Amino acid sequence: MAEVTLIEAIRQAMDEELARDDRVFITGEDVGPRGGVFRATLGLFDKYGPQRIIDSPLAELSIVGVGIGAALYGLRPICEIQFADFIHPAFNQIVSEAAKMYYRSGGEWTVPMVIRAPYGGGIGGGLYHSQSVEAFFTHVPGLKVVIPSNPYDAKGLLKSAVRDPNPVMFFEPKKGYRLIKGEIPDGEYTVPIGPANVSRAGNDLSVFAYGIMHYYTLQAAEMVAAEGISAEVVDLRTLLPVDKETIIASVKKTGKALIVHEDNLTGGYGAEVAAIIAEEAFTALDAPVKRLAAPDVPAAPFSHPMQDWFMPNPQKIAAAMRELANY
Amino acid sequence: MEWTKELQLEMYLQMLRSRRLDERSWVLHRQGKIAFHISAIGHEATQVGAAYGLRRGHDWVAPYYRDLALMLCLGLTPREFALGLFGKSGEPSSLARQMPSHWGLKRANVISTSSPVATQVSHAAGLALAIKLRGDDRVALTTIGEGSTSQGEWYEGLNWAAVHRLPFICVVQNNTYAISVPQKLQMAVPNVADRAAAFGMTGVVVDGNDVLAVHRAVKEAADRARRGDGPTLVEAKTYRPVPHSSDDDDRSYRTREEVEEWKKRDPISLFKSYLEMQGILTNTISEEMESHAMAEADDAVKFAEEAPYPDVEVAKGPVYA
Ligand SMILES: Cc1ncc(C[n+]2csc(CCOP(=O)(O)OP(=O)(O)O)c2C)c(N)n1
Ligand SMILES: [Mg+2]
Repeated sequence: MAEVTLIEAIRQAMDEELARDDRVFITGEDVGPRGGVFRATLGLFDKYGPQRIIDSPLAELSIVGVGIGAALYGLRPICEIQFADFIHPAFNQIVSEAAKMYYRSGGEWTVPMVIRAPYGGGIGGGLYHSQSVEAFFTHVPGLKVVIPSNPYDAKGLLKSAVRDPNPVMFFEPKKGYRLIKGEIPDGEYTVPIGPANVSRAGNDLSVFAYGIMHYYTLQAAEMVAAEGISAEVVDLRTLLPVDKETIIASVKKTGKALIVHEDNLTGGYGAEVAAIIAEEAFTALDAPVKRLAAPDVPAAPFSHPMQDWFMPNPQKIAAAMRELANY
Repeated sequence: MEWTKELQLEMYLQMLRSRRLDERSWVLHRQGKIAFHISAIGHEATQVGAAYGLRRGHDWVAPYYRDLALMLCLGLTPREFALGLFGKSGEPSSLARQMPSHWGLKRANVISTSSPVATQVSHAAGLALAIKLRGDDRVALTTIGEGSTSQGEWYEGLNWAAVHRLPFICVVQNNTYAISVPQKLQMAVPNVADRAAAFGMTGVVVDGNDVLAVHRAVKEAADRARRGDGPTLVEAKTYRPVPHSSDDDDRSYRTREEVEEWKKRDPISLFKSYLEMQGILTNTISEEMESHAMAEADDAVKFAEEAPYPDVEVAKGPVYA
């Protein structure tokens, strides 16, 4: 066992998959000698060379489109989008092409590719280096959407994503890259795409979160535990396909549900979770389902006081937990 | 083309103002007083030359983040820039909602710009289309880095400009890197401007460290546009002797020797020697200009440090007009 940061776990996953399977390659902006702007691919260019760690032209649409072509030929591309905010030029390739390929070809063609992108705010990145884009993609059947909250899951899920025959959107909470640390085993392991994880057991309410918000939610759960509130925390990890069973089982146990995300509220992923609970666990509810999300403004503002206002944090999550627990 | 003494000195002063303010911004970052800076150092000749090729305040501009010198020429004040660095109240382009150097200045006909590169190019084509439809004698100028010309956005915008023979100028500031990625991994041609032929527009390559050469090229492009003879792609060859931004470490992708070699062709030193040789820039004038540029940077930083942060109400909106 070794303690590593989130970004180190991601780097290890790619390193091991590159070593295991020579069909795997990485492309994206600055992924080569620079090792990525966040250093996720640090050292990989020296180890695997320019044929497998390819600095792309500055054009996201083709990073994904070329990745799709290579995947159709049988390779296993890992495409890095430098910031999730810059994925939008590639939306057409992801949504029209990668997501629909298998279905539209009656199963003849598959797109085994991973699209990695750092997402989320709290780093002073302003409107275009802070976005949470997951809800655009959780609406699209044919894609898988994964967001890890800790190094163990990040490594295991990324390895599963590389081996998955489908296009997997892998969103990484960039604020957590160096902040979130955790133990990972020395040997080979994977974490399956699909199942959510009950990361803290509790009885009074269930809190559903993912990414950095899951990290904050565990802190908030600790804060309210001192006041006698027992929160169960569920790390959703895979947003698409969603693990309904774990969500419903937790709500049936606690009778109350809070969903936390830093994407803005309206049409966010929390709406889907709330709908699942309303449809399938209605009679178990002792309180209305509650959502805590970023406000409905176009994106996180730059200036610090405004950014703080925008971002959910452990204090805000704890406050929402108290309110729901006391309902 | 002839340049008066006064005009040359004015352009020199503009370059100096930008450089001193820019250097001060790097210091503020090192001191931990600001979170982010993205620099125009090395690009001053290109930007000042381009600005002076326009009718400033009359023509329209869609710039990119590296354009501090351009923006100062268009009337952005150092105080306003510094408010952006600190994210302070009164910042004119976004009310401090955007990161520093995300320009926009309505009073100067500078449209609001974002971070995703190349998005400004089709906007500039749209401005030029509107200018043409209205029969105005304006031009629309956009700037961009060479790496960002890999985006489909760039091709689509230039194609519109060419198809409709729009009063449009694209100034590509080719500093040979897009963060770490060298030009040869962006394109298989030696010059961005070589692609002009494929669009059906005029393409010009110019020494981006020679302010007069850039000025001439952009002025000619503006004249061409105003005559109704269509768009121009101007490529200014230059270099960024500093890291991409305060978040970058350039040692992983280029040698110190390469950087030092380019520093010998610093656009401000080059222009200074030239003006001295011509007897236009005397010691007295030079010193006056230095102290003016320094005082202005000092004042801007002090002003912004003392300014309040925006009220959080500013974050809330309005979101709709
Ligand atoms: C669509 C998009 N993708 C990626 C980025 C991240 N990014 C910001 S600047 C930059 C490099 C731009 O290089 P270039 O166009 O040559 O301009 P320079 O900074 O060298 O002046 C990159 C990759 C971005 N801002 N927008
Ligand atoms: Mg460049």
